[in-house]
Amino acid sequence: MKNDTIILGIETSCDETAVAIVKNGTTIVSNVVASQIESHKRFGGVVPEIASRHHVEQMTLVLEEAFAKAELTWDEIDAIAVTEGPGLVGALLIGVNTAKALAFAKQKPLVGVHHIAGHIYANRLETEFQFPLLALIVSGGHTELVLMKEHGSYEVIGETRDDAAGEAYDKVARMLSLPYPGGPQIDRLAAEGEANINFPRAWLEEGSYDFSFSGLKSSVINTIHNASQRGEELKSQDIAASFQSSVVDVLVSKTLRAAKEYKVKQVIVAGGVAANSGLRNALKDAFADTEVPLLIPPLKLCTDNAAMIAAAGTIAYEQGKRASWDLNANPSLILE
Amino acid sequence: MNILAIDTSNQVLGIAIVKDNKPIGEMKTNIAKNHSVRLMPAIDQLMRDVSITPDELDQIVVAKGPGSYTGVRIGLATAKSMAWALEIPVIGVSSLEVLAYQGRFFNGYICPFFDARRGLVYSAVYEWKNGQPEVVYKEENLLMADLLENLAQEDKPVLFLSPDIDIYMDAINTQLGKQAVIPELAFHVADASHLVLAGTRKQAEPTHALTPNYLRLAEAEAKWLKQQKEQQNNE
Ligand SMILES: [Zn+2]
Repeated sequence: MKNDTIILGIETSCDETAVAIVKNGTTIVSNVVASQIESHKRFGGVVPEIASRHHVEQMTLVLEEAFAKAELTWDEIDAIAVTEGPGLVGALLIGVNTAKALAFAKQKPLVGVHHIAGHIYANRLETEFQFPLLALIVSGGHTELVLMKEHGSYEVIGETRDDAAGEAYDKVARMLSLPYPGGPQIDRLAAEGEANINFPRAWLEEGSYDFSFSGLKSSVINTIHNASQRGEELKSQDIAASFQSSVVDVLVSKTLRAAKEYKVKQVIVAGGVAANSGLRNALKDAFADTEVPLLIPPLKLCTDNAAMIAAAGTIAYEQGKRASWDLNANPSLILE
Repeated sequence: MNILAIDTSNQVLGIAIVKDNKPIGEMKTNIAKNHSVRLMPAIDQLMRDVSITPDELDQIVVAKGPGSYTGVRIGLATAKSMAWALEIPVIGVSSLEVLAYQGRFFNGYICPFFDARRGLVYSAVYEWKNGQPEVVYKEENLLMADLLENLAQEDKPVLFLSPDIDIYMDAINTQLGKQAVIPELAFHVADASHLVLAGTRKQAEPTHALTPNYLRLAEAEAKWLKQQKEQQNNE
């Protein structure tokens, strides 16, 4: 009698070709990520067509490595979970069509997973969930606060109205002529600087959990521009520190307030920007005085990977959700 | 020997199942609809119709382009992953070569092409010899005007085959006159079962090594290479 649920996960929503095998939604059996970052660096950002080209070349290699590392056979795989959106459509298509082909060839159930659900479930590979929980998702494409009352149920209580936090990081990094990807560079510079420039914080209307970063971005541009017109030189460390403190201030305050209002038992931080040390430290400080445990996954689970897709897919599979052969990539899939 | 053939490299979605050299099932549409949504349901249905299960497949043949970048990748992602999971060989065939099979009994040059926008086409020229298409002009992404100019120097009739024939009908007739042969529309879309014919003449590559036949760099890549060159020249 086989009691374990073993799920194969596939993720290709941006520039990582990723395959993983996860047991019971909690234990990584194997987790392989082929990053394309070196290839995209020369363009200063992810080029969708190039990303799609890499995915189709890498996919079977990554699959093979994931199976080799897991040392198990197809018989033991219960289902295949794949990111169906959101993301770059051409990139998503490779994962979706691969997953369908594998599921058809091996006659396995197929489950579609929302990329953000994946980021949240990355945490379950470290710590078991306790509901209700609040998740702060911050990445190049997302800034969201999600309330979960039970497994597989997602209520978006706040989201960005314009740029994602990671997007703002990349744009400010470009203004400071920092190499791609800009987020970690700003984080590094910020640690050396002083937050002595008062950039705006977009709190939006009273009680709102939404975010907005485009005003901040413009303010950074104007500040740099005005200073150079006056012939002043601002220290890029200080710009980075001031910018980061504005972003972090809003993220931390809203997360803390939502955690209290919804009386959550856990707060989860997910997405690529969760790797940011400024954000990590501020969140840790803010939640140190509360009873609520703050969970931040290790770096390699913060960034895009397929173990998180398999973990979220495990719940969908156990809840009886199935995708049919007409499953498609959906670049603007809504989390629900 | 059961072979599944897949072609999603252009607007046509074609699949076929060939059993011991005999095409026993084929499905083809020529409409602008989403290959990603329709391919797997079509394979599932056709395999049910001919009573073959996935684990009874011995080989997969796929059209590897040129054509729509996304379409080519949907076909390759599907074919490679299926072949890898089933541990069977996968063979990639040029989308131009399979179209040339529509001119199997033509005495002269066979010129399949696909529109590549802005007056450009993906094309090749073949001649049927010893029961197979032999390459006369290799595959290329070039201006249709240049292709026609070259063909006009030849002393053989040229059969044009293309799902995009309408776009270039006037240009072909003006440039080549009676040298050009353009059949009825029914001959301008490839048959997936011909992929299997073309595939039998090819060696299967390792599954991982099968890559799309784009015939063109990604735009960003081409630009970047151009910049690198200019920088080198300036130094
Ligand atoms: Zn992500």
